[in-house]
Amino acid sequence: MDLLNGFVALANFVLIPAIAYGSQLALGALGVTLIYGILRFSNFAHGDTMAVGTMVTVLATWGLQAMGVSFGPLPTALLAIPIGILGATALVLLTDKYVYKFYRAQKAKPVILVIVSMGVMFIYNGLTRIIIGPDDYRFADGERFVISARTFRDMTGLEEGLALRTTQVITVITAIVVVAALFWFLNKTRTGKSMRAFSDNEDLALLSGINPERVVLVTWLIVASLATVAGVLYGLDKSFKAFTYFQLLLPIFAAAIVGGLGNPLGAIAGGFVIAFSEVGITYAWKKVLTYVLPPALEPDGLVQVLSTEYKFAVSFVILVIVLLFRPTGLFRGKSL
Amino acid sequence: MRTVLLFAAVAGLILGTGFLQSWNSALLILNMGLISAVMALGVNLQWGLAGLFNVGVMGFVALGGLAVVLISMPPVSAAWQAGGGGILLGLVLGAATIVAAVLVWARTSGKLRGWGTAGVLLVGMIIYRMVLDPSVEAVEAVDPALAGYLGGLGLPVLLAWPVGGLLAAGAAYVIGKTALGLRSDYLAIATLGIAEIVIAILKNEDWLARGVKNVIGLPRPVPYEVDLQNDPAFVERAAGFGLDGTTASTIYVKVEYGLLFAAVLIVLLVLSQLALKSPWGRMMRAIRDNETAARAMGKDVTARHLQVFVLGSAICGIAGAMMTTLDGQLTPGSYQPLRYTFLIWVMVIVGGSGNNLGAVLGGFLIWFLWVQVEPIGHLLMSLITAGMTDGSWLKAHLLDSVQHMRLLTMGIILLLVLRLYPRGLLPER
Repeated sequence: MDLLNGFVALANFVLIPAIAYGSQLALGALGVTLIYGILRFSNFAHGDTMAVGTMVTVLATWGLQAMGVSFGPLPTALLAIPIGILGATALVLLTDKYVYKFYRAQKAKPVILVIVSMGVMFIYNGLTRIIIGPDDYRFADGERFVISARTFRDMTGLEEGLALRTTQVITVITAIVVVAALFWFLNKTRTGKSMRAFSDNEDLALLSGINPERVVLVTWLIVASLATVAGVLYGLDKSFKAFTYFQLLLPIFAAAIVGGLGNPLGAIAGGFVIAFSEVGITYAWKKVLTYVLPPALEPDGLVQVLSTEYKFAVSFVILVIVLLFRPTGLFRGKSL
Repeated sequence: MRTVLLFAAVAGLILGTGFLQSWNSALLILNMGLISAVMALGVNLQWGLAGLFNVGVMGFVALGGLAVVLISMPPVSAAWQAGGGGILLGLVLGAATIVAAVLVWARTSGKLRGWGTAGVLLVGMIIYRMVLDPSVEAVEAVDPALAGYLGGLGLPVLLAWPVGGLLAAGAAYVIGKTALGLRSDYLAIATLGIAEIVIAILKNEDWLARGVKNVIGLPRPVPYEVDLQNDPAFVERAAGFGLDGTTASTIYVKVEYGLLFAAVLIVLLVLSQLALKSPWGRMMRAIRDNETAARAMGKDVTARHLQVFVLGSAICGIAGAMMTTLDGQLTPGSYQPLRYTFLIWVMVIVGGSGNNLGAVLGGFLIWFLWVQVEPIGHLLMSLITAGMTDGSWLKAHLLDSVQHMRLLTMGIILLLVLRLYPRGLLPER
């Protein structure tokens, strides 16, 4: 019984939050990795692309709510996601046309593109703050829990409760659907195959008649959609704040690099590695250990390795460890 | 010629601020411009001269700020008695653990290697926490409203500037040892992470510098305005210039700060110029332009990169110490990467990477714009919204959004300069 209680506590405080967070990171890292594979630079503006997509979704959600539209027990924001994707895509394509295209034509060095993306990051960040403001916004509505801690306790008779929030379930289901669709697209469709070919060997792909501008266009479309979905899921789970999204850049990049930059499978694995270590290391294990260990060994302290403020340190340390021992990441990077 | 003209233009902008707004704000811009120029010089050394992509400037700047607290604040003797020894011992044990783990890793092989290293780390960490935690608690319990930290050494504040440089250099050495040699994108992410960690430590380790409770009232290298106003001789002299005591004292203090900062900037600029033109500088540029060729010529690329990374970070640390001295307080909550890392990058890119004078120019120019975009934006917005009815939702929102204009403007400036002057306003010669 104690073991079961311990497991429920573990699931409630570590497994479920980490799976949800990991899915969000994985979606973000997929965007970074796709840009790296096709456009060949590290996009510093990715966090702010997520912010823009989410902002448009939030605004659309407010609009829908004002019109009295609701999605039953599900958050209204899910209905607004297509509008958010549209907004992010429009912005990203405009940016590509007026900013990145010039450097692509020049065949500029990747590091120049990274600096350019710094400029884009400033602009997106400023836009978000100007349009919606720098504050914290909660936009999740509908049913809060699938199973609340109390229901779970009544149902099973266990001491520990297991709360399953709607947003967590939505996050995981959406992530699975999106990732499945992405892999189907990359592996089965003509356009997807041409993207992979382009990423593998640009010259060969050009020789075989693949239109590079089309590949780039499709990449931006996918990246904007992934970024918006990732951003909205994160915002539903926590809240929307421009600065937080900018800060997500670090764990997202860590996830992409840990998995192997340019490798979509790696991005997903990396997202979960980072999420599980972040949650696991900043969680106070006292509760779980009290159930699992015999009373004599019960810990006195919180058994928390690092306080939650240090979660960035965790992504960073994992990043460094992986880079030192496997410089190309867990999965071989640089090919789609 | 171009250099002289552009510098004259920036000087004109700052003088214009003096005539149109007030000399106090002009001097404020000048002082922060001097500090920004020093930071830009540090980044330019790393990026312009060696091609190292360091986006962790914020961390080194914050370490410089920490040095000011550690050097200049008086020690809190009660806190030292409560747990100073324990904290020092804990830190030594923590360092010893890492050294031991590295040694085990280096000296053993096979299965023993992984498990041995992990075991040493685990045991070491437990002992470290057992020693450190109670002492930290004891220290933080000492008069938490005013102290709750160990305090500093009580030395003159000017000493903190070189120490800030040393602190940043030490951190840069450790980071460089692990992260240099990685590809440039990886180095960028690694430094970005380091900067966040430094800020997290400053925010959370209250025993060190009070965390988010901030350390205020840092000693100053210049007299206080109040003392000057109470000094009859000073007021008399000020009256000779036709100024009242209050204005004269604030201006006097700012000028003195400005002279100190200018002295530091000039020394560092001369040193950077000498380095740039020396055989060492030529070697660095050779490495930057073609690493493989330089390595084939027998240059130790990794060692040179480490060297220049440490030097550049040290300069950022000095600038950070200067800034905290000017502010008179250390507020870890105010460090944001957009302001302290990416803005410095805009300065270097706009000024001209690889050109020290360019970096200095960029420092002044971008800082001036960073400060002045808000009033200019406000003026613009008032014009745009002039036709709208008062109290309308859109008008309020537009006027409110002016405070966020500067980020947008900086992005546009960066993109425009990259497109029109890819090598910056003052290109490398």
